[in-house]
Amino acid sequence: MKVSKLTLLGLTVSLAMMLSFVETQIPPLMPTVPGMKMGLANIAIVFALYRFGGKEAFCISLVRLFLTGLLFNPSTIPYSLAGAVLSFVGMVLLKKIPAFSSVAVSVAGGVLHNVGQIAVAILIMETVQISYWLPFLLLSGTISGVAIGVAAGVLVRRIGLK
Amino acid sequence: MKKIRRADVILIVALLILSVGLYFLMVYHRKDGQGVIVSVDGQEIARYALTEEGTYSLNGGTNILVIEDGSAYLIEADCPDHLCVKQGKVRGVGQVITCLPNKLTVTVYGVKADVELIS
Repeated sequence: MKVSKLTLLGLTVSLAMMLSFVETQIPPLMPTVPGMKMGLANIAIVFALYRFGGKEAFCISLVRLFLTGLLFNPSTIPYSLAGAVLSFVGMVLLKKIPAFSSVAVSVAGGVLHNVGQIAVAILIMETVQISYWLPFLLLSGTISGVAIGVAAGVLVRRIGLK
Repeated sequence: MKKIRRADVILIVALLILSVGLYFLMVYHRKDGQGVIVSVDGQEIARYALTEEGTYSLNGGTNILVIEDGSAYLIEADCPDHLCVKQGKVRGVGQVITCLPNKLTVTVYGVKADVELIS
């Protein structure tokens, strides 16, 4: 691996971590809905997916997840892990379909992240009642996914790494 | 790479319809509960029928529960954020009010209360 690429991957990880931190500073819109987040860090992941490729984006996503988890709140790691893996699989699959742009990829990522989190919450807390929040999380994941997909699209178009 | 495409819009609209549809499906299928179970740290501490109107002090006074018109809600809490109070009224089976600082939950149960409540 070339040093320049290694540096760029490292920079993208720090960008993702910064975005996660920024997100912790924003008060939640609906505090009663557990797990409703914008997922700002997904800007960096979608960017990496288009600019570097699947393998690199997956590594960035996992490194980001464990580092921010350890820094801010380790108890959230299992939830984020399930969300991140499911969301990543969905994004890679959608990216293979040429009709979709980065917006659809990011929307799928946001929605599946929430689905993965709820699934783990059901397993850990042994209660299906949390699925009550699923419609709210689908809605918020879609809306924030659009915003994040547009932002990531701008980055991909403007920053060429050749 | 184009900014936003037709397929994107179709996916977004489909997801919006799905979330709204799912919400109304859940509201439509929700049955009114028989009563509420109050738990602290996963242990049941009290149980009230939704017909027993009144005000109840929970968990040694950390939260105050009100039951009226077949609904239950928390009117007071000693925690700093008061999120449980903001969660409002519950009346449908499976709805839950959660107070994380006091580890307290108020869960509406239906007819099969003893079988279906694992939490």
